[in-house]
Amino acid sequence: MSVNESLDAARDKLLQRAAPDRTEFEDLVIVPLFAFAVALILGAVTMLATGVDLATIGRSYVALLVGSVGSVNALSETLVAAIPLVLAGLGLALGFRAGLFNIGAEGQILMGGLAAVIFGFTFSALPFVILMPLSLLAGALTGAFYAGIAGWLRAATGAHEVISTIMLNLISYRLLDYMLSLPWVQREGRADPVSRSVPDAAELPRLLEWLDPNLRLHAGVFVMLLAVAFVYWLLFRTKLGFEFRASGASPDAARYAGMHASLIIVIAMATAGALAGLAGANQVLGVLGRATPGFSAGIGFDAIAVALLGRSHPIGVLFAGLLFGALQAGGRQMQVDAGVGIDLIGIIQALVIVFIAAPLLVRAIFPWGFRNRQKGTHQ
Amino acid sequence: MNGAETLQRPNAAIDLGARRRTRIVGAILILLAAFVVVVLGDAPGDATFRLSRPRDVWVLPDLIVPAQPFIYIAAALTAFLGARQFLRGGGRWTTLSLGLGLGLGVLAFLVWATAGNAFSLTGMLQATMVRAVPIALGGLAAVMCERVAVVNIAVEGMLLAGAFTGALMGSVVGGWGGLLSAVVIGGLFGFILAALVVTYRMDQIIAGVVINLFVLGLTSYVSSQVFAEMRHLNNAPVFRAIDIPLLSDIPVIGPMLFQQNIFVYGALIMVAVSTYYLFHTRNGLRARAVGEHPRAADTLGIDVYRTRYLHVTIGGMIAGFGGAWFTLGSVGRFDENMTGGRGFIGLAAMVFGRWHPVGALMAALVFGFTDSLQQKLALLQTPIPSEFLAMAPYVATIVVVAGLIGRARPPAADGKPYVKE
Repeated sequence: MSVNESLDAARDKLLQRAAPDRTEFEDLVIVPLFAFAVALILGAVTMLATGVDLATIGRSYVALLVGSVGSVNALSETLVAAIPLVLAGLGLALGFRAGLFNIGAEGQILMGGLAAVIFGFTFSALPFVILMPLSLLAGALTGAFYAGIAGWLRAATGAHEVISTIMLNLISYRLLDYMLSLPWVQREGRADPVSRSVPDAAELPRLLEWLDPNLRLHAGVFVMLLAVAFVYWLLFRTKLGFEFRASGASPDAARYAGMHASLIIVIAMATAGALAGLAGANQVLGVLGRATPGFSAGIGFDAIAVALLGRSHPIGVLFAGLLFGALQAGGRQMQVDAGVGIDLIGIIQALVIVFIAAPLLVRAIFPWGFRNRQKGTHQ
Repeated sequence: MNGAETLQRPNAAIDLGARRRTRIVGAILILLAAFVVVVLGDAPGDATFRLSRPRDVWVLPDLIVPAQPFIYIAAALTAFLGARQFLRGGGRWTTLSLGLGLGLGVLAFLVWATAGNAFSLTGMLQATMVRAVPIALGGLAAVMCERVAVVNIAVEGMLLAGAFTGALMGSVVGGWGGLLSAVVIGGLFGFILAALVVTYRMDQIIAGVVINLFVLGLTSYVSSQVFAEMRHLNNAPVFRAIDIPLLSDIPVIGPMLFQQNIFVYGALIMVAVSTYYLFHTRNGLRARAVGEHPRAADTLGIDVYRTRYLHVTIGGMIAGFGGAWFTLGSVGRFDENMTGGRGFIGLAAMVFGRWHPVGALMAALVFGFTDSLQQKLALLQTPIPSEFLAMAPYVATIVVVAGLIGRARPPAADGKPYVKE
């Protein structure tokens, strides 16, 4: 490479930083837009195929919109659904950046949530200012520990985290069932597995109760925003974050540069688990008020989709989580108004991710939306 | 992802690792023996195991085991194996002793749980086989995919799709039609997975997760939207057990292997055929070459893309067949998310069975055994919570993946997309 060429390359890079070029714009905006549009169309096709008439399909998409952003209550529900998705999604995004594929958010959410509940009712004598934050912390630490197991196994023995986190998920379901049947966890006088309730002093306070007591938006939304800022700071402003990204982008290069690959894996997994545990704690302290079997309700798996849609960037994850939260909230409205099952949302979400994760596919379907690249610089 | 690293480890490190592993196994066995003595030591009475049912052709007498002596003997044997392992074990003995020790531990546990009680061994083994079927088929599907280096997290979704299609088409066109459509749909999802990861070079794990989410969403949607109102569409005939003449009269083994429905026979045949195919035919060798070193395979004129498409599709068909078990093979009705993670356990069976069809079947039997044991224990009312027993196989899988027992090595190119030059 001649001096001129390298200068050109450097200038291109600077220019790109100053003004993101068209490819980046395509990747970040056009692909998601197309993905969402196609997913909605295919969702409509699915409804047609199951004998839903066109008017109802129209009504259901209107309900989707109204139920997600159409009123104060809808916005509140959207945010409530988005909080755990964003938190767990941030953790997964952090893992992706460090080259770790953490399927175990589901188990980490369960363990974190359970720990938060147990801590809450065990120390129910403590005042709110101490108990609530400590309960959240208990959730985060437990999640971190649970994910740390997978991280440690990966670092120490090379056990692939996909398999070990799936196993930890399966273990967590049984562990939760077992814990919920213990006499000091189970609610008095109940035979079914239900934990004691979270005391008021550990609950995340409702923010909009003065407006309408039915609004469920809780203080977890601040936890969510803080977590977004924290992950952004961690990933892009600290040495540790740089090491995460470096070992994710090129493990070999990171090792040759003297980074402790094993330690980074454990820390990255633990941080991801802490965020997932926090998501679980938020669910139980802010929404559910107790732990029941499988209270995570698939949030850990949806969070994978959120992290992917957000391109593993904290801000992206925030928007992706809000979008998925809106879909959840709108989906419930859809079920009520148009009688269309909320499971349709699952289909739409999965389709969005297919198209996001396979940009080549979107380019193949919509060749006119993209500038033709002859050089093949992107892939 | 880390297969290459493990391969390049220098010999000295392997020796050290092996010695450490030997020690760990020895310690585990000694601990197990201690556990058997301390926790299970107090077992008054005899344990009665029924080996045959009254109407069987050959009626075996009940097996009556004096509980306490048996448990102490088992513990002593386990402790001996552990001590031997700790002091001068190694090589093939490590895995063998561990297997023996764990087997003894399980037997001691069974005897302890049954002490002073009677319990049908035959019934439990039959249930073990039945419960192992979907797991074995899921594991086999994953083996077919991973042998050509495509990680298939989507087994879960494919099982679910097979279960759903089996119920729907089974209700419309009858059992065999339903089974056939389940296989076709499974193959279709296999093909989609192959298209996403081979042609569109999507990350394999993401593709799998997405297929799982999609199938879960689609089947739950249709079952709540359509099945709820039209019940006749979710009422498929169930394949009954077929007794194989003569063989089914063998005590204990007969009911387990030869008084089952076509899904059990199908799983056994498929495991045999795929073992033969993968390890004793030219095409199987080619498939494995694609999984180990696609570039080399390509250079030798093997069409890597075609091989991957083919095997992932076949894997999907196997998973579709396994999925049909849930509806056509047991209850005839589809429920939301009725596979309940069995596909993931199938993946675990694949790892546990070291990427080998027979290994996957054996691992699936272990999972099926703990599953049915757990059910029985609830009846026998033992003080050990059944949840822990249910967890045991998953913990075992983690231990296997971590390489503490033997070395589980995935195909070298596993999970990596191949870009043709």
